Amino acid sequence: MSERLKIDNLYKIYGGSPEPAISRLRNGATKDRVLAETGLVVGLNNVSLSIESGSIYMIMGLSGSGKSTLARCVNRLNEPSAGKILLDGRDLVALDEQALREVRRTRVSMVFQHFALLPNRTVRENVEFGLKLRRIAPAVRRRKAEEILAVVGLAAWGERMPHELSGGMRQRVGLARALATDADVLIMDEAFSALDPLIRAEMQDELLRLQRTLQKTILFITHDFQEALKLGTRIAIMADGEVVREGEPQDIVLDPQSDYVAEFTRDVDRSRVFDVRSAMSAAAAADLIGGHRVVLCANGGFAIDGDGRVKGHIARARIDDLRAGADIAPLMASSFSAISADAKLLDVSRVFTAGQPVAVLDGDDCIIGTVSPEAVLRQLSSSPAAPKSKEKVHV
Amino acid sequence: MFDANDLAVLPVARWIQAGVEWLSYNFRPVFIAIKWPIENGLALTDAALQSVPFPITVLLFSAVAWKLAGRSTALFTAVSLVVIAALGVWSEAMTTLALIATAIVVCAVIGIPVGIWSARNDRVWNVVRPILDIMQTTPTFVYLIPVVMLFGVGTVPGEVAVIVTAVPPLIRFTNIGIRQVDKEIVEAGHAFGADSRQLLWEIQLPLAVPTILGGLNQTVLTAMVMSVVIAMIGAEGLGLVVMQGLGRLDVGHAAIGGIAIVLLAMILDRVTQGMASRSGRPNRAAVKAGFWARLFFPHKLEEIKT
Ligand SMILES: Nc1ncnc2c1ncn2[C@@H]1O[C@H](COP(=O)(O)OP(=O)(O)OP(=O)(O)O)[C@@H](O)[C@H]1O
Ligand SMILES: [Mg+2]
Repeated sequence: MSERLKIDNLYKIYGGSPEPAISRLRNGATKDRVLAETGLVVGLNNVSLSIESGSIYMIMGLSGSGKSTLARCVNRLNEPSAGKILLDGRDLVALDEQALREVRRTRVSMVFQHFALLPNRTVRENVEFGLKLRRIAPAVRRRKAEEILAVVGLAAWGERMPHELSGGMRQRVGLARALATDADVLIMDEAFSALDPLIRAEMQDELLRLQRTLQKTILFITHDFQEALKLGTRIAIMADGEVVREGEPQDIVLDPQSDYVAEFTRDVDRSRVFDVRSAMSAAAAADLIGGHRVVLCANGGFAIDGDGRVKGHIARARIDDLRAGADIAPLMASSFSAISADAKLLDVSRVFTAGQPVAVLDGDDCIIGTVSPEAVLRQLSSSPAAPKSKEKVHV
Repeated sequence: MFDANDLAVLPVARWIQAGVEWLSYNFRPVFIAIKWPIENGLALTDAALQSVPFPITVLLFSAVAWKLAGRSTALFTAVSLVVIAALGVWSEAMTTLALIATAIVVCAVIGIPVGIWSARNDRVWNVVRPILDIMQTTPTFVYLIPVVMLFGVGTVPGEVAVIVTAVPPLIRFTNIGIRQVDKEIVEAGHAFGADSRQLLWEIQLPLAVPTILGGLNQTVLTAMVMSVVIAMIGAEGLGLVVMQGLGRLDVGHAAIGGIAIVLLAMILDRVTQGMASRSGRPNRAAVKAGFWARLFFPHKLEEIKT
């Protein structure tokens, strides 16, 4: 994957000429001190991020931490005070009005928290909105709108008015409107926050489903860590306008690095976050035993073929028989399970059967390790590596 | 003892007098230019209203009222117009109506663009607002003096006064209507790359239509009131009926004028209010934004009701 969007030392200062605030921030002043000394509000403080094409990049943080400010800087609904935003290497901050409009029409689109649909237009006309602004012929944009409405499951609702739709459906319209322009970058500022939990989960699934085929680059703002974990390829956590932690969801849960981040990760359902790889004991190199390639593990060994695929499991007691030159086929009688390394711990707990070994496979179905119930439990209960204050250790 | 009159040393009255005289002397062509379209528009409207036979006018107006505001208003319009005719002041009522209709067209042409401009530019609004405040707090007949000095007496100068009085609400409501459009929706416009004109025509104006029509209602009523007041500077119409009645101490005659005025005002109020409240409903009719669509494509409206 390649880098689509790069944010470089971005600052946003509200409330007047930004220089005094920026110079103080560069000298290490906090948001509060800048406010006290200059009266300026720090929206973003030296934010740098790299966003891969095709990823769902989550921006997390408490209220007022600057999430919206960051998202809105990307399409310049907020004007950055300093820094760069590179879209495929081109600096959006430097664009003139004309070029900016072009980017907004074709490259970056947005889904709003409260949908922001035009109440006086039909659903289909709302979806056509971005295309209409581009002066695309009515017949063409109508076709496009109908196509996209079908994708989000609203094919039958095109001629209704937005007020006739439920919240979840309205946000589908919002999503359809953003998708209709074929922009490859999508900004979703708390796009699902106004929906009730069930609809919200449904919309999250819908987004993941769409994303599998559409492969947009999505900048998704949320204050809900569960949502960030569910959707995010990577997560950036913000506080006081700064990115305080950035990384893959699992790494952040495993190692929050600060109390602020640990607050978010504390109540996380780890079985859904960690993948099998994290609890796996890596396989040793295959031994050649009695002329067969065998990967040894705690309770025996897995016989593998030349490509590394598992042929069968040999109980520990029979390894010596194999070594003594016994025929391998009857030895491989004991049953075993296998699971992908990318599966979540929740999934592996379903395949455990008493006493059975579990092989961990990579994308090519080659064995790369084994996993035991003990290891999974240890992973689920492990406290984060970062030192924490005593009262917070109750994981 | 101090008497308030001892303080009356500021010759403001003389200054204003001198100022207006100076204006009328030096800017004569300007005032003639202002007067010209009003004079012709008014003449045309009046001639049209006077020449159409009475029953046709009643039918036509009722039909328009039906389309804009519904059946009960249509019925009310028909009955009221017949009553006005029965009172024997039909011709005067049509003159007053011509005054109002012309004033509304001019007010819309001036008021809506100024309102839009004010809404989109704070500096403009900061200039426009105090002017509107002064205009709207000044008693209406105070306008008449400068109008007479600048434009003379009669129906056409009267019409100028009507327009000047009636335009502020429309400017105000247009301004507010556009400013009140949901911020997130305007932002959506920006986010999808709307330029300034698209923002206005695709988002701001359509969503401001109900408020603007509310302003139109105010403008119509103000024009109605003023069209009566201008009888004082010799304008014709129902106001003149009242003035004549009062002048001759003929209370009956004056009352007839009064009744006709009230009926006309109620018709106009109901029709414009009907328009405003209907456009407020977010329905498929409002899509095609209002007035003219509703006038010419009534079937669209019927579609929604079901
Ligand atoms: N238009 C503005 N003018 C002045 N200050 C602003 C403006 N918008 C945001 N701020 C300030 O910038 C900071 C970041 O705000 P922002 O809206 O980005 O936070 P957020 O993380 O999106 O919060 P929330 O979760 O509540 O939406 C806050 O301190 C806020 O007060
Ligand atoms: Mg926000």
